[in-house]
Amino acid sequence: MADTDIDTEDDAQTVTDGGSGGAQAFFEQAGDYQATSTSRKDRTYRKLDLYVFAPFRVAWSDWRARVGISIIVFFILLGTVGVELVEEPLMNEGAPYTTWFQTWEMPLGTDNWGQPIHKMLVHSTPAILKMALAGVLFAVGLAIVIGVVAGYKGGTVDYVLMTLTDIIMIIPGLPLTIVLLAIWQPRDPFVVGVVLAIDSWPSLARMLRSQVLTIREEEYVEAARAMGVPTRTIVQKDITPQLMPYIMINASNAAQGVIFAAVGLYFLGFLPDGGAYNWGVMMNEAYQTGGALANPWRGGHWLFAPMIMLTVFTMGLILFSQGMDRVFNTKIRARHAKTVADDEDELN
Amino acid sequence: MNYYLRRLWQAVFTLVVVIALTFVLYRMMPGGPIEQMEQRMIDEAIGSGQDPDLQYIRRMVEIRTGIDPNKPMYIEFYEYMRDIILYQDFGESINSGDPVFDILFYAMPWSIFVSVYGLLIGFTANIVLGAVMAYYEGSRFDSGSTIVAVVLNSIPYYVGAVIMLAFLSFQWELFPTGGRYWAGTEPGFSIEFALGVLHHGALPIMSTILIGFGGTALSMRGNCIRVMGSNYLRVARLRGLSDSRIATRYVGRNAILPLYTGFMIGLAGIFGSSIIMEQIFTYPGVGWYTFDALNQRDYPLLMGILIFFSTVTVIGVLIADLTYGLIDPRASSNDREGF
Repeated sequence: MADTDIDTEDDAQTVTDGGSGGAQAFFEQAGDYQATSTSRKDRTYRKLDLYVFAPFRVAWSDWRARVGISIIVFFILLGTVGVELVEEPLMNEGAPYTTWFQTWEMPLGTDNWGQPIHKMLVHSTPAILKMALAGVLFAVGLAIVIGVVAGYKGGTVDYVLMTLTDIIMIIPGLPLTIVLLAIWQPRDPFVVGVVLAIDSWPSLARMLRSQVLTIREEEYVEAARAMGVPTRTIVQKDITPQLMPYIMINASNAAQGVIFAAVGLYFLGFLPDGGAYNWGVMMNEAYQTGGALANPWRGGHWLFAPMIMLTVFTMGLILFSQGMDRVFNTKIRARHAKTVADDEDELN
Repeated sequence: MNYYLRRLWQAVFTLVVVIALTFVLYRMMPGGPIEQMEQRMIDEAIGSGQDPDLQYIRRMVEIRTGIDPNKPMYIEFYEYMRDIILYQDFGESINSGDPVFDILFYAMPWSIFVSVYGLLIGFTANIVLGAVMAYYEGSRFDSGSTIVAVVLNSIPYYVGAVIMLAFLSFQWELFPTGGRYWAGTEPGFSIEFALGVLHHGALPIMSTILIGFGGTALSMRGNCIRVMGSNYLRVARLRGLSDSRIATRYVGRNAILPLYTGFMIGLAGIFGSSIIMEQIFTYPGVGWYTFDALNQRDYPLLMGILIFFSTVTVIGVLIADLTYGLIDPRASSNDREGF
């Protein structure tokens, strides 16, 4: 798709060294053909199809990816629509320490204040999603920029960026993030997510760099470079799209890492909860005030319910990344999964 | 040789940068060590009915924390590094007054015991499981184990730890709920002491195994299957090499290679996670002191702990890098044209 854009724009000025008029006419013809056949809407759809729909359609063929995507979508719905449907929990809605499956209104029981557990679980989801989103955007964005630039530029830029990456990779992640969180005491889930993702970009950056190292030697990249296409365009249009599967797999891993760490730190009471609902905070309270460990028949339901939510969510992310990995690392991308015909088909 | 020297230099450089970074970070910590100690002494003076003498308190704080607020940070950093390198002096813990080096020295073996055993057992079990799964690829055993591995991999280690603690310790009383050895036993080379250590360490080790369980097995399985499909393996079989030689030298070696670096880095990750783990199991290792030091803003102890964690990681990565060329001759040089 990328080179068709360039063709249509530059055709008028293209003059080949010693090229004959015939060659020129051929290029012009091809350019005209493209220009008439693709409208803006069509192009956008094709782009979406290439980057979003086709990968998902391919991924959907694997059962892991299917289950993973379903779980992730379920949690996203829970955090957006579910919050609207389920009212916020109130104190004394039920008798304190009701265990699960006692009444229909409170299937998961209540905590020490009589707040229904299932409502607390639902209202904890947005915070978790925000943390994961912030962490993923930060880690993946930084990794793409650093990995792709280092891999493509090479030389000194590569050396400096990779030394930086190595240093960050070696800094013990959890102790460092705990210290940072202790300094800032953030309450905003977005900030917590970013801080917890601080150590999750280096490995992706390194992986992307090594991928770029192989891609940059490919003929079509060399051709683009010889044609004088700016580095920026080559990186954006020719290299980054190839990395999409890796990026998606790692985004899922980063999300999992952020959620793991965040809930763990809330669980131990490292982070200020600010009165918001959160699976980690629930676990902490069940553990501290509910005495769920020593007496699981009294407070266990309060402790185990958020744990199950956490585990299911992580399982969804892991299944998604494994399914994607399985589908894309085989390097056989099913053609039938595309809805738009291939370029070759169109030209014939 | 040149490569080794460069790697070594890079490791030392990294370590210094990490220490400098944490040094600056801790100075920026609100309610830092100086402020906090000053406040406490003022409170004490008021509590005992005296008029707080600020001049005197400042001097006392300076002596006890070893931090001079008038000195610029880089001079302090230089002095801190000099003390560490020349005298192995990491300062003294603000809370207990003991030298940081001693606290770490006594806590370290316990953390290393739990982490190394957990990692070794977990890694070995994973590799064996992954290889067997690859051997029986497509069978019911394979798909069953894959599901088990995915489920185990999804359980956060602290969740696993809490569940084990709740059932194995509190409910069925199979394991102690905390501590490092039985209170009655004397540390030393006695059987009761060793058994007590094992008994107390069992749960932390088991949940350490949980951290990486499943993930490594699945990648080992994938690596094995990839290697088993390659052409040189068919050639090896045609040459009439024995099955055991093919399994160990051809498949095993090539499948473990990509996991090797992960093992060394995993060591660091496990040390990091000990902060949460040791808190849950009330197991007084380095992680347990980290939690304490953070809550109490025990700045010298925290610095010492972070240097410990960083050094472990740097050494792990360094060993992985230096030995990788030995076990994988294909590790190519990085002579690339820059553009």
